[in-house]
Amino acid sequence: MASKLPGLLAIEGMTKAQVEGLLDRAAQLGEPSLEAGGGPRPLEGRVVANLFFEDSTRTRSSFEIAAKRLGAEVLNWTTKGSSVSKGETLLDTVRNIDAMGPQVIVMRHASSGAAALAARHTRAAVVNAGDGTHEHPSQALLDAFTLRRHLGALEGKRVLIVGDILHSRVARSNLRCLTLLGAKVALCGPPTLVPKEMADLGAELSFDLDEAMEGADAVMMLRVQLERQVDAMFPSPREYGRRWGLTRERADRLPEKVKVLHPGPMNRNVEIATQVADGPRSLILEQVHHGVAVRMAILEACA
Amino acid sequence: MSGQALLIRGGRVIDPRNGIDAVRDVLLRDGAVAEVGERLSDASARVIDAAGRWVVPGLIDVHVHLREPGEEGKETVLTGSRAAVAGGFTAVVAMPNTRPPNDSPQVTELVLARARAANLCRVYPAGAISKGLAGEELSEMGELRAAGCVCFTDDGRPVMSASLMRRALLYARPLGVPVMAHEEDLTLSGHGVVNEGAAAARLGLLPVPRSAEVAMVARDLVLAEEVDGRLHLAHVSCAESIALVREAKRRGVRVTCEATPHHFTLTDEAVDGYRTSAKMNPPLRRAEDVAALRQGLADGTIDCIATDHAPHGPLEKEVEFDKAANGVVGLETAVPLALELVRGGVLTPARAVALLSGGPARAFGLPGGHLGKGAPADVTVIDPQAEWTVDAERFQSKCRNTPFHGRKVQGRVTRTVVGGRAVFEEAQR
Repeated sequence: MASKLPGLLAIEGMTKAQVEGLLDRAAQLGEPSLEAGGGPRPLEGRVVANLFFEDSTRTRSSFEIAAKRLGAEVLNWTTKGSSVSKGETLLDTVRNIDAMGPQVIVMRHASSGAAALAARHTRAAVVNAGDGTHEHPSQALLDAFTLRRHLGALEGKRVLIVGDILHSRVARSNLRCLTLLGAKVALCGPPTLVPKEMADLGAELSFDLDEAMEGADAVMMLRVQLERQVDAMFPSPREYGRRWGLTRERADRLPEKVKVLHPGPMNRNVEIATQVADGPRSLILEQVHHGVAVRMAILEACA
Repeated sequence: MSGQALLIRGGRVIDPRNGIDAVRDVLLRDGAVAEVGERLSDASARVIDAAGRWVVPGLIDVHVHLREPGEEGKETVLTGSRAAVAGGFTAVVAMPNTRPPNDSPQVTELVLARARAANLCRVYPAGAISKGLAGEELSEMGELRAAGCVCFTDDGRPVMSASLMRRALLYARPLGVPVMAHEEDLTLSGHGVVNEGAAAARLGLLPVPRSAEVAMVARDLVLAEEVDGRLHLAHVSCAESIALVREAKRRGVRVTCEATPHHFTLTDEAVDGYRTSAKMNPPLRRAEDVAALRQGLADGTIDCIATDHAPHGPLEKEVEFDKAANGVVGLETAVPLALELVRGGVLTPARAVALLSGGPARAFGLPGGHLGKGAPADVTVIDPQAEWTVDAERFQSKCRNTPFHGRKVQGRVTRTVVGGRAVFEEAQR
């Protein structure tokens, strides 16, 4: 198994060996136990608490399946119907869950830094399942896992991430994870959604998708947060789709070997055309599939 | 405030307004400075030995949140006054964003009554610019002034309406007191919580662009110039703001401004690890901004060091970063942080003292700020060598929200005298 981790709050601060250790372990864990149950149950008798302060289907289910496959008991806690609606603070919720003694807390929250805050107030290992606009480390690890399957070693490869970089925890984690593995990361989107400081983190920035696509080994499309239209950062979904969407015509110009990823949930025909999402170069469902093995490796290392 | 005379003997008296920086004795009698000179004697006076100490005009902080009335769990006029005198301040200006806000003479009188009962430092209330701090209608500025307010501000929130700000500057003119502006264009700061820059990008925290402050500074300088108003800018934090003020002063605009110790000491890197103790508004900025503030403090563009002392408890601070309250306590750490600039060669001792006493007194038309004969007997004695470590647990303030906890500092207030009476002595620590 991969070396033990005290928790997983962010890719920032991880070593290349730690990341590779998790990816290699996921590869070992992944295949057989996905075929059928009955594998080893290293987390037998342990409790994994899923604390989801924000809606999620994919990530929560994925962690739940991963925990169960490892033999753990799973507590699924969501804000709906909880004391949070009665005004309980984050720390009080965390302290109460902690008092029940879970070994791992998997947490999703709308505030950047929330998982780190929780980690200071619980004995459980905290796995960040997405904190605000900060990081989503398990997503980046499963993306790297999926990319390695298709591209081999990522050293020297060029990965293009397109969309709302400013508000994207997926982009931040992927930038760090892919850079750590030796890949070059290019970020592209409307100038209002690509902070220039991302260049200091090692990314190449551009605002023209057609130019940015040149030489890419993989293209990752991010979800456009249409619900954030109060602070409209672009004029309309139509214009966004034309300038920064992966339309069928654009995808057709990519060499055949170039793969397309999306962390979901998708706005079909806004950031990605339906034919591309469902087409041969799409790795979208494969990402979801590998997510279970990657999260098994994470939980095993943290429990 | 009379009583026994006080003779502070043998200290280094730094009184920039009167051009003194020399070892002198200071004699205080009947609530006023009687004499500053060599080998003074007064048989009836209590003698304080100040050898090796700085003896300076009582420090004045023009930007303090005392939280009373309404948020007495965070601070009261009494506990805030204790923090003030422990930090060497003999006078503070109390911000009006209380509950209810100080937009009526009744609230002004309540604050003044609490200050009389506390009987520690001088407390000067600031009145609201707008009724209810709502940014819509002018408060009764004349009534507030008559009740004792020394400036008008909606601090904590900006005056978004340029028209209201223009009327405030115009209406306050004959009252002879400044209009103090919290400069922030809310349409630019939006949901931002930290400075736009590397730390925001790394931590995934929504950014506040510097233009949110700078554009409003520019607007208010234009308005002040047009109506010949008296404008004071609270907590300036950006290099561009300093440049605009410098230029406006050159043109003769009646503007003063202040900088806080946290803005001239820390950069936005201090929020690393989502430290809510480093969350404030305006946010901590870049190293270039810190350098510009220091330059402005040295060259006279900035008139005062003010703390923006803003107490908050764990319920407001031990929470998610984007939900945490803005602000830090500052009264008890201002002196050593100002002295860091002296040791760093940024400020002369005289300039540091001017920024903490004479500058604020002049900007707000307050008594004191110097040790000339007849001035109020407000004196601060500082041991410039004393090394200590900031320990928030030992603050006199009710709150502990400081980004400087654990910092090794040099320079400590050993005695604070208000109206000729020692209201704080080192033995009280």
